[in-house]
Amino acid sequence: MNDQPIARILTKALVPLVLLFGLYVQVHGEASAGGGFQAGVILGAAVILYGLVFGLDAAKRAVPLGVLYPASGIGVLIYGGVGIASQMLGGDYLDYGVLAGDFVAGQKLGITLVEAGVGITVASVMIIVFLEFTGRRDPA
Amino acid sequence: MNLVLDIALLALMGIVAIAIIRLRDLVAVTMLASIYSLLAATMFVILDAADVAFTEAAVGAGISTVLMLAALNLTGFTEKAPLRSAFVPVLIVIATGLVLGYGMMDLPRYGDPSAPIHLHVAPKYLQDTGPEIGIPNVVTAVLASYRGYDTLGETTVIFTAGLGVTLLLSGRRRRRATPESSS
Repeated sequence: MNDQPIARILTKALVPLVLLFGLYVQVHGEASAGGGFQAGVILGAAVILYGLVFGLDAAKRAVPLGVLYPASGIGVLIYGGVGIASQMLGGDYLDYGVLAGDFVAGQKLGITLVEAGVGITVASVMIIVFLEFTGRRDPA
Repeated sequence: MNLVLDIALLALMGIVAIAIIRLRDLVAVTMLASIYSLLAATMFVILDAADVAFTEAAVGAGISTVLMLAALNLTGFTEKAPLRSAFVPVLIVIATGLVLGYGMMDLPRYGDPSAPIHLHVAPKYLQDTGPEIGIPNVVTAVLASYRGYDTLGETTVIFTAGLGVTLLLSGRRRRRATPESSS
């Protein structure tokens, strides 16, 4: 699709905005609609759009698979790690109340952390699935 | 106003669904499925389910369309004409639809405050999210804190899906390469 100037210029203008919106949904999910899952999907969609217009190699240069594979696991580990941390601090598994000084602050901290984990895993899995599907040139 | 929107959206969804059934060009079917998801997302906005609408628009209309097109690129762009008549399947679908319609007669009206779903744990979440969690979005509080175990499971499922796709799609390449490198 490299010979289509309209698609290229529009994508160049759109991708940063979509990425910014994804980050907004990630960090603002506790106050407005959205959360880690939605943010991850939006961030993934931005990279997928970039890959569709500028080619798979460009997308892989921007977000290498060597980063995506570990990231997809790290998100789950962050989520599970918050659970372990709250156990270490004397609470139940995923009982965020003990993470900070008072109960409400702990809940906020815990939610922010697990939403970050969800966002990281969802975004990287979406991009991985896209790259794996479109990277196969020969129908077997 | 909402009633007009509801009827217009549902009519459009019906038209798109019938077009999806009748078309044999799978690229057109994929695009129509994307439009169907967008209509569904609008429907969710009308139902005040903004979080679900977000997901439906991004996943249903966006990413899954791209993945379907990528899959079509590997398989083929036209559906084969069916060999047998559709009489029995249509009969089964109509019967199922009638049974579901009959079952829906027992459901409470939309937005009924005395419906069982609004009397179970929902009042507790709505009342306690402010003092206990301290964030305005109750949906996030339920997903990430009250139902944190479920969301951990869902995140693990997504991770497993990515793992499965990676193993299936890149494993084939490796297996094919092995005999060449050994010989």
